[in-house]
Amino acid sequence: MLGLIIPVALNGLMTGAIYALVALGLTLIYGVLHIINFAHGSLLMLALYAVYFMHVLLGVDPYVAMPFLVLAFFALGYVLQRGIISTFSHGKESNILLVTLALSIIIDNLALYLWTSNTRSLNLPYAYEMIEVAGALLPLPRLIAFGAALVIALLLWLGMTRTRDGRAIRAIAVEKRGAELVGVNVKHVYALCFGIGTACLAAAACLLIPTFYVTPQVGYAFVLIAFTTVVLGGMGSFAGALVGGLLLGVVEALSGLFLGETLGQIGIFLVFILMLLFRPQGLFSARGVR
Amino acid sequence: MKTRMHPGNAVVAVILIVAALLPYFVLPAAWLGLATNILVFSLLGVAWNITGGFGGMMSFGHAVLFGSGAYATAMLQLHAGINPWLAALAAMAIAAGVGTFIGALSFRYGLRGSYFALITLAFAEVFRVLASSFAMTGGGQGLSLPLATGLANMQFASRLHNYTFVLLLVVAGLVITTLVQRSRFGAYLVAIRENEAAAQALGIDTFRVKVLAMALSGAIAGAAGVAYMQTFLFVDAQIGFGTVMSFEALLGPVIGGAGTVLGPVLGAVVLHTVGELAREAIGGAPGLNLVFYGLVLLVILRFLPNGLMGLFLGQRRRPATKEQA
Repeated sequence: MLGLIIPVALNGLMTGAIYALVALGLTLIYGVLHIINFAHGSLLMLALYAVYFMHVLLGVDPYVAMPFLVLAFFALGYVLQRGIISTFSHGKESNILLVTLALSIIIDNLALYLWTSNTRSLNLPYAYEMIEVAGALLPLPRLIAFGAALVIALLLWLGMTRTRDGRAIRAIAVEKRGAELVGVNVKHVYALCFGIGTACLAAAACLLIPTFYVTPQVGYAFVLIAFTTVVLGGMGSFAGALVGGLLLGVVEALSGLFLGETLGQIGIFLVFILMLLFRPQGLFSARGVR
Repeated sequence: MKTRMHPGNAVVAVILIVAALLPYFVLPAAWLGLATNILVFSLLGVAWNITGGFGGMMSFGHAVLFGSGAYATAMLQLHAGINPWLAALAAMAIAAGVGTFIGALSFRYGLRGSYFALITLAFAEVFRVLASSFAMTGGGQGLSLPLATGLANMQFASRLHNYTFVLLLVVAGLVITTLVQRSRFGAYLVAIRENEAAAQALGIDTFRVKVLAMALSGAIAGAAGVAYMQTFLFVDAQIGFGTVMSFEALLGPVIGGAGTVLGPVLGAVVLHTVGELAREAIGGAPGLNLVFYGLVLLVILRFLPNGLMGLFLGQRRRPATKEQA
């Protein structure tokens, strides 16, 4: 059992990188728009199906599909925010949550209707290629996912700090009215953020699918994990989401090892509840959320 | 607080009374199961409405209270051999206790808005995993009550009697809601919904009021769980604590009109009746009914922010709160 800890933890770290990527999108949306996007997991599920069908129907490799899907999901996110979420909620916080909840119910169950609850996975030749790291055998796709997640996080961070749009996004996150006064188009930037957040999901889906599966329920499983990650790292914090995701991957893998599959799921929910109660500002942040 | 009876309320009341009487006269027996189901969801919506509608504490995990009621009554009957009526009362108390616990914990640490929604959801998930993990709760199989019809066992041989039983529970729930609405407690809740800081500044013990609301909501949701258990004699973790039940709890009130007495029932009746008619028309397929519910929710949020009751009461209630900066 003890000998298993390091390999299991390393595997958890790999999963954690994907959690981090999913959480990056969510934390960006939360940090700027101050909304909790309940449909985040459902959009990830949609992205997973997109990668799956691109491979099955068109024979496109998931890694090749990534740039196309990232663009497509950026557009989807942009349109969703601008066309539905902002107009349907009348700007009220509770209504935004309900609108995203409605979207998630619609997307999840439409997927259930169209593609049934069958579990689908791709059979890729490289899915089981193992690489030895520190005595643990890790599947190649997971290592790729780990590296890619870090690169994407870095790119996002560069985009945020070095580009004009990034500056506009950060300006709005800090002081919406002030940014508006100096000529930032808030509606555009909101949609931009939502688009980037959704694009992160497409990237995560492409990295995830070689070693993972897709069912209509998978988004729901991810949404709580993503929220936990975001809360762990501090709502709106990029570095926090990254560290939180990695941490959570390890926690989940280890609690699965010690508590068994079913009960192991509780680990994440308990972390989530305890974090919300005692440190809603995140593990690493000194400032409060409210 | 005195509330003037709005003529719109009377219109809705008449519509709902006529709808409630349909099963006794014209409705085919095949629809009785659906009608009873709608009543159970209505009762759950009435429970959600106390906290979510009047108090503005939006819960995404009300299934935790519903499931606690259903599981508690089943376990007390199966494992302790307690009379169903006593078990039902105990189950309501237990569900109220669960509500108090979650409320006290969340409000003690100042969670509100989206954070409260998320933590209730997480609690429902914890309960779902726990319920499917232990032999005492039936594990993955769930719990079944043995068939033993008779008033003493709270099981009704006639489905119409069963319907009447749940109908009486819903009426009781509506009476409680009306009493809450007219009481000082209800006024406090509304004050907290509109502006918690101001309510506190006026000397309202907001923590106590909110926790009390969670307890009351828990007792009513627990009763809905009991009604479900005694009707279907079966519950499992997915039914009891699953997200679908949590969504059912909020769909009725939000669609019907949160913070109104009749809203939750109107919402549940309209949503499920139209949903069932649509199912008959297009043919049943898993998931399609929930797609429909989601679409209705979107349309209501877009065009009727005060729910269906807004059609009858006009849009004067609850001016849109200022956008959060």
